[in-house]
Order: sequence, then C-alpha cells, then structure tokens
Amino acid sequence: MNALKNPRILGTLAVLVVIALTPLAFGDENYIMRVITVGLCSAIAVYGMNIILGFTGQLSLAQGGFFGIGAYAVGLLTTDFDWSFWQAFLVGVVGTSAIGYLSGLIALRTKDEYFAIFTMAIGFIIFLIISRWESVTHAHSGVNNVKFPEAGDIVDFSNPTAMFYLVFVILLVCVYITYAIRRSSVGRTLLTIRTSEDLADAIGVNVGLSKQLAFAASAFFGGLGGGLYASVVGFIGPDAATVDKTFEFLMFILVGGMGTVAGPLVGTMIVTFLFEFFQDFQAYRFIVLGPVIIALVIFAPRGIVGYLGGFIDRRARKRRIGSIRTNGQSRSDGATHTNASTRAGNSADTATTTEEEK
Amino acid sequence: MLLEIRGLGKRFGGLDAVKNVDLDVQEGQVTAVIGPNGAGKSTLFNLIHGFYRPTSGSVAFNGRDITHSSPHNSVSGGIARTFQTTHLFDDSTLLENVLAGRIVRSKSNVFDAIFHTPRHRRESALNHDKALEALEFCGVAEFRHDLASNVPQEVQKRTAVAMALATEPELMLLDEPAGGIPEEETTDFGNLIRSLPSRGVSVLLVEHKMSMIMDLADTILVLDHGQKLAIGSPAEIQSNPDVIRAYLGSTKDEEN
Amino acid sequence: MTLFIQQLFNGIALGGIYCLAAIGLTLVFGVLRIPNLAHGALYMLGAYVTYFFLTTVGVPYVAAIGIAALILFVLGVLLERLVFHPLRNAPHTHHMIAAIGAMFFFQSVAQVIWGADFKRMETPISGSLQILGAEISAQRIVIIVTAVIVLGLLTWFIKRSIHGQTIEAIEQDRTGAALVGINPAMVSMLTLGLSALLVTIAAGLVSPINLLSPTMGAALNLKVFAIIILGGLGSLPGAIVGSFALAIAETMTSTYISSAVGEAVAFIVLVAVLAIRPTGLFAKAVQR
Repeated sequence: MNALKNPRILGTLAVLVVIALTPLAFGDENYIMRVITVGLCSAIAVYGMNIILGFTGQLSLAQGGFFGIGAYAVGLLTTDFDWSFWQAFLVGVVGTSAIGYLSGLIALRTKDEYFAIFTMAIGFIIFLIISRWESVTHAHSGVNNVKFPEAGDIVDFSNPTAMFYLVFVILLVCVYITYAIRRSSVGRTLLTIRTSEDLADAIGVNVGLSKQLAFAASAFFGGLGGGLYASVVGFIGPDAATVDKTFEFLMFILVGGMGTVAGPLVGTMIVTFLFEFFQDFQAYRFIVLGPVIIALVIFAPRGIVGYLGGFIDRRARKRRIGSIRTNGQSRSDGATHTNASTRAGNSADTATTTEEEK
Repeated sequence: MLLEIRGLGKRFGGLDAVKNVDLDVQEGQVTAVIGPNGAGKSTLFNLIHGFYRPTSGSVAFNGRDITHSSPHNSVSGGIARTFQTTHLFDDSTLLENVLAGRIVRSKSNVFDAIFHTPRHRRESALNHDKALEALEFCGVAEFRHDLASNVPQEVQKRTAVAMALATEPELMLLDEPAGGIPEEETTDFGNLIRSLPSRGVSVLLVEHKMSMIMDLADTILVLDHGQKLAIGSPAEIQSNPDVIRAYLGSTKDEEN
Repeated sequence: MTLFIQQLFNGIALGGIYCLAAIGLTLVFGVLRIPNLAHGALYMLGAYVTYFFLTTVGVPYVAAIGIAALILFVLGVLLERLVFHPLRNAPHTHHMIAAIGAMFFFQSVAQVIWGADFKRMETPISGSLQILGAEISAQRIVIIVTAVIVLGLLTWFIKRSIHGQTIEAIEQDRTGAALVGINPAMVSMLTLGLSALLVTIAAGLVSPINLLSPTMGAALNLKVFAIIILGGLGSLPGAIVGSFALAIAETMTSTYISSAVGEAVAFIVLVAVLAIRPTGLFAKAVQR
C-alpha cells in the first residue's frame, strides 16, 4: 500500500496504464497497433540492456545479436521446421540465454572497453552467421510467414490487438523483474560493480560471476524480445541482428534513463514515435538523431526518467534528513537514541526500499 | 591464532615489495603495521586480502589456508578491509553504502527478489537492521540519509568502517583509517577502533600517526624495505634501536 | 604456389590498409584513453571525400587523397573538441555512446550527399607486375609502398618533431606530461586529427579496388578494433604486427576455406585472445 504513495511507482504505473489503453484509441488502425507492438518488443530487449549497462555499468554491444537469435529461432523453427510458436519461442529464449551465459564466461574476465569490444565482436559474429549461412537462415531473402502464437479457439493472435496484449503482458513481467532486482541485494550487487569494481571486490562481491549472470540475463531479455518481434512482424531479415540494432537500443535506453525501472519503456516509446514521425526521411533520421545522442550523453546522461527520479529523491531525502535532525538527536544520546532511531529506521524501511527503485 | 603469515613475499619485476614476512594476529587484539613509505605495508594488506597473488609464503586464517583465495572469498571468510583513500559510493546515501556491505551475507537470489519470498523479506529486514546498527556503532547514524559525497571526511572514514563491519568480519584490515582526519578527532576515532575487539572483531591496521598507534596497538610490526625490522609491544618498539635508526633515516624517504 | 604468392601480396596490401587505420586508432586510445567507435565512419567519409575530389571535381588522384586527408584532419579535430573533450571526465561508457552517435551522423551525411547505392571509384593506376609468376596489380603495389612511406614518416614525426614527442609523452604518462607543461587538450585534438588523416589515406588507397557505401566503415571498424586489442591498446608496434598478421590470415582463409570464414577470422581470433588474456596479447601485465 505504501508503494502507491511513492511517486516513482505511481509514475511507472501511469505510463503502463496509458500504454495498456492505446488499443482503445488505435484498435482499428492495424498499422499503428503493429508499430506500437514492435516498440514493446524492442522495449523488452532494452530491459536486457538495462541490466548489463544500466545496473552493472558494462556497455554490451551484443544485444542486437541476441535479439536476432531469438527472432531467427522463432522464425526458422515455425516455418522450415513447422514447430508451434510456443515450442520455438521457448527454445529460442533458452538458447539465447545459454549463448549469453557461455559468452559470459569470457566476458566476465574483461572490463570496460575490452568488454564493449568483446561484446561487439560477439554481436558481429552472430550477424555474420545469420547473414551468410544461407542454407539455414536464407541470408538476405529472410524468413516469411512466421507463425502467430497458437491459443486454440480462445484468442486469435493474428488480431493485432490480441498480439499487442500478449506482448504487453510479457513486458509487464519484465518491468516487474527489473523493479524486483533493483530493490533487492542482487540489484545492489550490480550497482556496486557499476560504481567501482575494486570496492565491490573489497566488500566481498564476486564481480566476475555477477557480470556473467547479468550478461546472461541481458541475453534472456534480448531473446524474449526478438522471439516476439518475429511473430509480430511475420517477416524477418538479417537486419534484425545488426550491430545497428544494438545502437538503436542504446539510444532508447539513453533517452529513457539507464538503470531506471521505467526508462527503457519510456525511451523506446518516445524514440519509436519520433522514428515514425520522421519516417519520410527514414535513411536520414540519424542526421538529427546522431547529434541528439551526443547532446544527451554530454548534457543529460541520466535520461528522462533518471532526472525525474533524481528530483523525487532529493525531495524525499530532504524531508527525511529534516525529520531526523528536528528530533534533536545527537550521537551522544546513547541508548535512547539507539532505540528511537532503530524504530525510525523500521518505519522508514519501506521508504528506504522505495528510494532505491529508480 | 586468528591469522598466521609465514614467509610471505611478493616480487614486482625484479623488486621485492614484501619479503619473507612472518606475522601472527591474535584474536581480540589490535595489531599494527608501521614503517616508512614504500616499506610494503599496503602490499602486505593486498596480499592478505587476495588482491595480489603472493610469490612465496603462506597465509592462514582460522587455521585454513587462504594464500590463493580471491578478495570476495576472503570477505565471506571473515576478513574485511578499508582503503587508504576512502572508498565509498559517492552518489549513494550512507545507509545504502553500508547496505552494500551486507551483500556478502545475503543468501536470497534473483528469484527470491522476483517472487518476494519470505526469505527475501526476512533478509531485507535483517540487512537493514544490521546496517543501521553498524552505522550506530560507528556513530554516524544521524547522517544515514545524506549522500556520501556530502558528509565530512571524518564521517566518511567512519562509514567506511561501518561498511566493513556490515560484512560481519572476524578480522578487519584498516589501511590508514585516520588519514586525513584532523588531529583533535583522532582520539575519538582511536576509541572506535579500540572498541572493535569487544564486538569480536580483531584489527590489523596500517597507520602513520605514531602517537595513535602507541595508544592503540597491542602488538606492532615494523616493516622496512618489505622486510620485518622488529615486532613487539609498543614499549618494546619505542626502545628498539633498529627502529629508531630506520625512522630517523627515513624522514627523507617520506618527503619524496 | 602462384595463387599463394598472389594472395600473400594481397594480404600484405590489405595489411598496409589495416595498419594505417589501426595506428591512428591505437594512438587515440593511448592519448585520450577512449576507444573511438566512430573511426570506421571517418574511414568511410575519407573514401567519399576522395571520391568527390577525384570524380566530381576532377583533381589528380594524389591531390584528391591529400585534400581529403586535410579535410578529415579538421573533422577529427572538431570531433575531439565538440564530442570527446566535454566528456573527458564522464564514465567510460559515455564516450563510446557519443562515438556511436557521431558514427550514425557521419553515415547519414554520406547517405544524404552520395546516396545509399554502391559507388565505384575508377582506378587511376592501371597495369600489373609479374612477381614470381604471380600477377600483382599496380594499385596493390602502390598501397604497400605508400603504407611503408607513411609509417616511416609517422615514426619520424613521433620520434623527432615536437608535436610527435608530446603525443608520445602523453601516451606514456598523462599527469607527468601535464606537469612538464604539455597541454593535453591540444595534443588530444592533434591526435584525433592525425588518426582521421591516416585513415583517410587508407581509404583513398583502397577505394579503387573496393566499392564505396555509407556502411563500408562498419566491418573495418570492428576489424581494426580486433587488431589493436590483439596488439595491446595503445601500442604502435603491436598495431603494426597485428595488422599484417590479421590481414594475411584473412586473405588466406578466404582463399583456402571460404570468404565468410575469412570475414569472421578477425573476430574468432579476438574472442579467443580475450578468453586467454582479458587485456590483449601484448598488453603490459596488470599487477593485481
């Protein structure tokens, strides 16, 4: 209940409600629904990037590759092998996570620019395999007629609104997982690595293992988003796995706010909207967006949600510091002080946890 | 014996940073390592904690060989440390900083967090209480909602100790804990260190402030050029002619 | 055997190109401590600007490369000033993200001006030489000779000239260099400009045997990063050795196995090296 008093959570819920209601406004416009649903698929992959880049502070440039693996697993298995969507989806997501886990075995030993370049190489190898292994992936002719999810007679997922809600529900789970990680000791572990690997080491954090798991988790979300994407658009080509795709994700998270709960979703939806808006200049959009990325990283590196959150935090902290100071306690108060502030601490417990959920 | 160091050595290139050092740290005591700059004090700490791999010798903690264990294993095994230059998470509050020290004692995993299991709830509450208690013990609880970058140096130093305490160590390695603290506050700070053994935390520290060491330590090891020069009680060290000579001869080194 | 010699020369020529591209990148890393992910985009722009002066304006080949190199030098200086300089105290991820923004921008600009289609730059140097029975095109000989000359000049510049010596000083010790009165901001601009100049020469040399496209820099970017990681970030000799080793490995696998493997060989080697030595093959051992 306390959670509802927290402006951060309220804000996130408001964004989710607005998105949940979009079919009311655009339900008849198949094209718009498709664009929004594709945006949500990207957002799921961006949540993966948030874990490795936003929480752990490691720039992973393999996310487009993981997205591509998820998409191609669903694409190829449901067409050439005639599996059901759900079987293919499961195999795709598990497979992507496994590949993430295995490449994480090497990634965990590298840091900073070495990590970034290593993951860029992983992403590029995935792209090369997809775009060059013609006998399996059909290379540039791509994969057509990817199946919609099956649901017996209950729901028809070829209906864009039904598909939208399926992706939306999975996105909700991703948002919740991010929120749960953020406020737990797992999230604290990752944030510790982001701030200083040496200090993390000194307080007993297993830096390598944490990085490896974070990388595997980012791959999991990448595969999840990619698998859904293949089914939503029905046709996929090698461009689903390019390094450019990774850079697109990077822009989404940068606009929304790295390391925040709502940022990946907010950033993805805003930029997707802008892409559509500039659609007539598809090819040239980066003439504007390139400098926008640079300006953001120089002048506003915390992103939209990051700044809003920072504002909320400062106000909350002022209030709490104020209440401690006015209670007139000082260090020499001894025993009574201990009790009082322990109690204050307990009642502030929820507040402290919420404070950590950016 | 809590910590047993035997013949410990570390070579960098062709230079011996630490050579053939023996040291015993008794439970419930404050043991100090002193010596001029470049005597290998920090290297010794890094060897004990696992940041460096020793080239020779052994380290045993509670009778268990930890010569080649990594830092995170040392911490979970019960050895905490602080750094010479205070290391804190600047953009976090003091409470969040000390909570980070609880990570190593947390057993709940990602799935506990996602499903909000009873174990996770219990542990969050416990972590919070322990962190707050550590801040209390170090006398900085009133600053717990301040950002680490906004509090005075002395409070930062105390928080670093609280963060180390939160890992529930049996032995704490303090690298110049009072460095940068104004002279008049070192007594207070010394009292904090002195009170650690009463919590079951033995202390091994490196310190430059000689007066502080003499009041604080039960046993002192003097290092010079990476080797043991003398070991004994403060009184023995103060009257040891080798130590006096090394210290007088080393004032020039220290200025470099 | 003839095929082998042919491919060996092709490999050496490709190595010369990689070398010119890699040296600039590794210098930038040594001085600015940032991996410039926009390096491949500078290469691409260098190729297009050369193409513009050669084909559209109609100046001679050598002059076209020269003018393009100067223009790219200025662009490199601007890139440092406007993008990397404001970020000099930011977390390392920020540089890389900003470089990616710059890369997108350059690609878009090229696409707007010259279109997305492939362009062909006519070979101004024709003919070929017979060496040990293999036929080597004159363009490749020119590439090898120019690469050697430029490398020689660069070595002279770094060892002998004031500017070059300051680059080397900063690369070795940034704070120390600042203490003896070297202006790191100036040197940073110079270094990025120099790296753009070198990579433009590489692009101008290779364009007659490759096609031009706005995304031509992407693959080169990754390969050059693989090279400087193999050679140790910031190491000049490492970059030179790495360039030729990788280029020869690439041409040989393309010839004797398959072109896809040839393209991937750089990344397979990179992943393998990082698995064994997380900081590259020739990097100084970090004391831990």
